[in-house]
Amino acid sequence: MTTDAGTAPKTRRPLLELAGLRKEFGGRHGTVAVDDVSLTVGEGETLALVGESGCGKTTLTRLLLRLEQPTAGTVRFDGQDLGALAPAELRRLRRQFQVVLQDPYSSMNPRLTISAIVAEPMVTHDPEARGRNGRRQIRERVGALLESVGLDGGIQDRYPHEFSGGQRQRVSIARALAVEPRLVVLDEPTSALDVSVQARILDLLAELQQRRGLTYFFVSHNLAVVQQVADRIAVMRQGRLVEVGEAAQVLRDPQHPYTRQLLDAVPVPDPRRGRRARAAAGADAATAGGTGGGSGGAGHGGPATAGGGR
Amino acid sequence: MTTDKPMTTGSKPTAEPVLEIADLSVDFRLDTTTVHAVRGVGLRLAQGETLAVVGESGSGKTATALSVLRLNPQPPCVYAGGRILFDGRDLLTLSEKQLGAIRGQDIAMVFQDPMTSLDPLRRVGAQVAEVLRHHRGLSRAEADAAAVEALDEVGIPDPERRFRQYPHELSGGLRQRVMIAGALVGRPRVLIADEPTTALDVTVQRQILDLLVSLQERHGMAVLLITHDLGVVAETADRVAVMHQGRVVETGDVLDVFHRPADDYTRRLLAATPRLELA
Repeated sequence: MTTDAGTAPKTRRPLLELAGLRKEFGGRHGTVAVDDVSLTVGEGETLALVGESGCGKTTLTRLLLRLEQPTAGTVRFDGQDLGALAPAELRRLRRQFQVVLQDPYSSMNPRLTISAIVAEPMVTHDPEARGRNGRRQIRERVGALLESVGLDGGIQDRYPHEFSGGQRQRVSIARALAVEPRLVVLDEPTSALDVSVQARILDLLAELQQRRGLTYFFVSHNLAVVQQVADRIAVMRQGRLVEVGEAAQVLRDPQHPYTRQLLDAVPVPDPRRGRRARAAAGADAATAGGTGGGSGGAGHGGPATAGGGR
Repeated sequence: MTTDKPMTTGSKPTAEPVLEIADLSVDFRLDTTTVHAVRGVGLRLAQGETLAVVGESGSGKTATALSVLRLNPQPPCVYAGGRILFDGRDLLTLSEKQLGAIRGQDIAMVFQDPMTSLDPLRRVGAQVAEVLRHHRGLSRAEADAAAVEALDEVGIPDPERRFRQYPHELSGGLRQRVMIAGALVGRPRVLIADEPTTALDVTVQRQILDLLVSLQERHGMAVLLITHDLGVVAETADRVAVMHQGRVVETGDVLDVFHRPADDYTRRLLAATPRLELA
């Protein structure tokens, strides 16, 4: 249901719980980037956070990773309040939540080998991975990780620039999985990729989730991608969650006008349902600007609800 | 050929092309290798139609589009072969001066990121008016008045105030409208739009696509639309050319290409495109 404001389905144990989260920037005349956000993500599910640029989704992601302190509210991971933990305890807990970013190239040190990149979180979090024995162990673990994301285990001594965008994204997924996290934050993980590559990365993420029981917090602006991956969807606008619910419910029967507006705006890769269909449906909003000479255009201010044929 | 003939939906195969690219080859000669970015591409753009060139990164779609006005950086780019015919003239053989008279006047371009194509230090109105002063020799007052009208036409609210603002004072969507106003103010017969909505949010993208379609219907220009997004193609194009590894692998009416793709790569591209199913 869309009315149950962010609670996870009862069958899933809550892994991540955000309560009353608020983040203000810039003091007296500052902005409220995140405004009273409450949301629960159940273990093993994929929650998709959807919104346009500036809506606060990046700040919300940084808050839940504890890269940013909230102005108010709490983030609980597996029942523990991240804000109440001592630094050492937070560090220990951190290995359980990892992140994959949009642009794999800018999130990798170009001077490190693939092996060093993937092993970085192991070395940070796992004392056994250090030293001479550690190095041997690391090569084995990195090789296995690379194979689990569909790469050749033998690429360990090569550098990021030798690989395509899709391959680099596989490397960053391997890196995120290196310390066996329970929650993976995927921040627009396929937005920089070609569609054929995107499809394969989405397949890989689904397979890894099934095999490892991962929980995904999937941030995206692309509703067609979200439909493929999400169990539940949270729609964010101007710092607030305007709608949270089961994916099918939110997409088929959106309760908030902004969600409707987002859905109507998605270009449909089917010419029978696009412009021609709308043109055939008559002189609606899509063609309204076609005759007048003055301030025509396509209704810049409000939603361009031209999807009459949908 | 008249320039302001209202368009009819769809393109007739017999229509005289306003722009014809024939057997175009474009190389990028780098220090150690030569990249054959475009390999024998042929495209015909009829008056009043929208032809979408779709492909993934590295397919050569942008190199093809930039070749029309010879905007690929030279070096390393070399136009290795072919012709680009406009008004019976081969644009590849014109002098810079001759081509300069066509750029922005008869053939205009809109790019993905307006912030990199608008001059951040100049007011947007002056940048829109520039085309008219440069090509038409209008006085400053005449050009400014026409520029305000052009900003109004692309749906920019309060155009007199926006006219005096700088690019950074506008949102991404408004900047893209300014770019479109600047491209269309000279009433070009061909508009080349290279990923015009890729950098925009989805609701803004919808508005810009609707704007492009309605402006085309009003002015009847031909549009060469470069995109990676099959959704954008389906929403705007009459015909589509699919590019892969520097070649056009398939060209046809959008309905045919989407529903009866002849080429294997086209089929794979369509299959990989996520669609929102709301039914």
